[in-house]
Amino acid sequence: MPLTLFVVRRLVLLLPVLVGMSIVVFLLLRLVPGDPASVILGLRATPQGLAVIRDQLGLDLPIAEQYLHWVGNLLQGDLGQDYRSNIPVTTLLADRLPVTIELTLLALVLALVIAIPLGVRAGVRQRGLADKSAMTLGLLGISIPDFWLGIMLILALSLGLGLFPSSGFVPLSEGLFANLRSLFLPALTLAIGLSAVLVRVTRAAVAEVQERDFVRFLHAKGLRQRAIIYRHVLRNAGIPIVTVIGLQFGYLLGGAVIVEEVFSLPGVGRLIVSSTLERNYPVVQAGMLVIALMFILVNLCTDILYAVLNPKIRDTYR
Amino acid sequence: MTANAIQPGRSAGLLRRIYRRSPAANIGGGLLVLLAFAAVAAPWLTPYAPETMDFNAPLAGPSTSHPFGTDNFGRDVLSRVLHGYRVSLAVAIGSVAMALVVAIPLGLVAGYYQRWLDNLIMRPMDVIMAFPAIVLVVAMAGFFGQGLVLMMLALAIVYVPIIARVMRGAALGVAGELFVEGARARGASDLRIMVRHVLPNAITPVFVQASVLMGIAILLEAALSFIGLGVEPPTPSLGLMLAEGRSFMGRAPWLVIAPGLAIVLAVLGFNLLGNGLPALSGPRRGR
Repeated sequence: MPLTLFVVRRLVLLLPVLVGMSIVVFLLLRLVPGDPASVILGLRATPQGLAVIRDQLGLDLPIAEQYLHWVGNLLQGDLGQDYRSNIPVTTLLADRLPVTIELTLLALVLALVIAIPLGVRAGVRQRGLADKSAMTLGLLGISIPDFWLGIMLILALSLGLGLFPSSGFVPLSEGLFANLRSLFLPALTLAIGLSAVLVRVTRAAVAEVQERDFVRFLHAKGLRQRAIIYRHVLRNAGIPIVTVIGLQFGYLLGGAVIVEEVFSLPGVGRLIVSSTLERNYPVVQAGMLVIALMFILVNLCTDILYAVLNPKIRDTYR
Repeated sequence: MTANAIQPGRSAGLLRRIYRRSPAANIGGGLLVLLAFAAVAAPWLTPYAPETMDFNAPLAGPSTSHPFGTDNFGRDVLSRVLHGYRVSLAVAIGSVAMALVVAIPLGLVAGYYQRWLDNLIMRPMDVIMAFPAIVLVVAMAGFFGQGLVLMMLALAIVYVPIIARVMRGAALGVAGELFVEGARARGASDLRIMVRHVLPNAITPVFVQASVLMGIAILLEAALSFIGLGVEPPTPSLGLMLAEGRSFMGRAPWLVIAPGLAIVLAVLGFNLLGNGLPALSGPRRGR
């Protein structure tokens, strides 16, 4: 199957998931005990006021019609308004999204820097020192809650040594160094959990590829170990690693929700949490949609990358 | 070895054999038994009730009378950690049990019948899995309200697709085996084949997943309570303790260290158990 056809097929398969996602997010709001109108007005609720809001939100229409209306607005980029401030939700998201994206990308880079060299060394020489540290990281990294790790890092590196700010975000416009310094601890917090998973996968993939005949041939040819590992073994071990990165991206996005809270970063995750706490449902819905959409798009990209790396997959994918 | 000849009875030998097959599962299992015992016996293990305040000793450091120190109200941290385990373990067991009850039949049917039934069951599951677990749980907690049972329910909803997918995959593999065909040739009904032949041979990965998910449930419970969407204040919860302790961590670091370590130990226990389980079950070893 040519690559373009594969991509088109993959995109078509995405449609039902997107529709399902929008139904889940829409139904969540409709299943809330009580009705949104009374949530908006709160203590100021009067029967007339409630009726006006209900009419504005179209809450008296049949549920299917409400859904179609909502999706229609969604497709035109209208995600509704903040219940409290009446600011369009898209504006809120546009402010917050860059922080979350920068945080997750930085965490991904850090995780790769930690996990790949360690995983490669562990896979090449099993039962060595690198292998033991890799397995320890692999087990501890998935057992330590990221928000606690964040607190411990603040305790040691911010309050203890004063190396990093304990909370808050410095935008890129105020200098790259200050920006990275404000994001380093939260990104490291997220990166350790991710590197735990990556280090295991890298180790297993490298160990497996190393046993193949072509590697033996390269050794016989007299290539240096280093060149064999980084030029040939890692390239072949790359496919499972890339796949896992895609799948774990959801973990990063989920982790960002909590880590942004710990470090008081103004990202989408913190927006979701604070909006949930004040029952500001349209913002929660939009935040959920954006995060799920990012997750799906990243997985789409990894699938495509996977098909580029390994043409065989294009035919087996159904 | 002569030491083997004087083993005290058969059961010790059996335990030793089990241990040799999977030290990880045993260390994990042992750790969990210990923690569960501490949680259940908490009222007898510490002389202080978790709510008892001692205004003469707020933020007291670790000492013989308070091994983990006290919090800002002078409450004993050890007692609160042990009582917090009750909440953690209840959520872990409750949520996974609920999810198993729903997910095993769904996954089994999807993997056994395949074709349209498989699609009908699994496609909606894909939709739920498109959301990161924490995001879905946060939203459900905010929309449907808080409390222990609701939290278990929210986690169970997130877990059903994960367990069903594992069950389906394992059942799919077993459904093509010769012994299944043999049972069908003998005239066994589909239900009987699924329950008596497919399920027992496909359940191990489900248990592995369940063990890991219990660990994740502890993490999620703590995370939810930490951000204020889980267990409500006077109840001792590990996540809540972390949230409350944060304001004092400069002066009293034990307030954030003790509950965090407690979470790590429990999750580690479940992860070790899950890692070691495949080695324990049957001759067919796999990952």
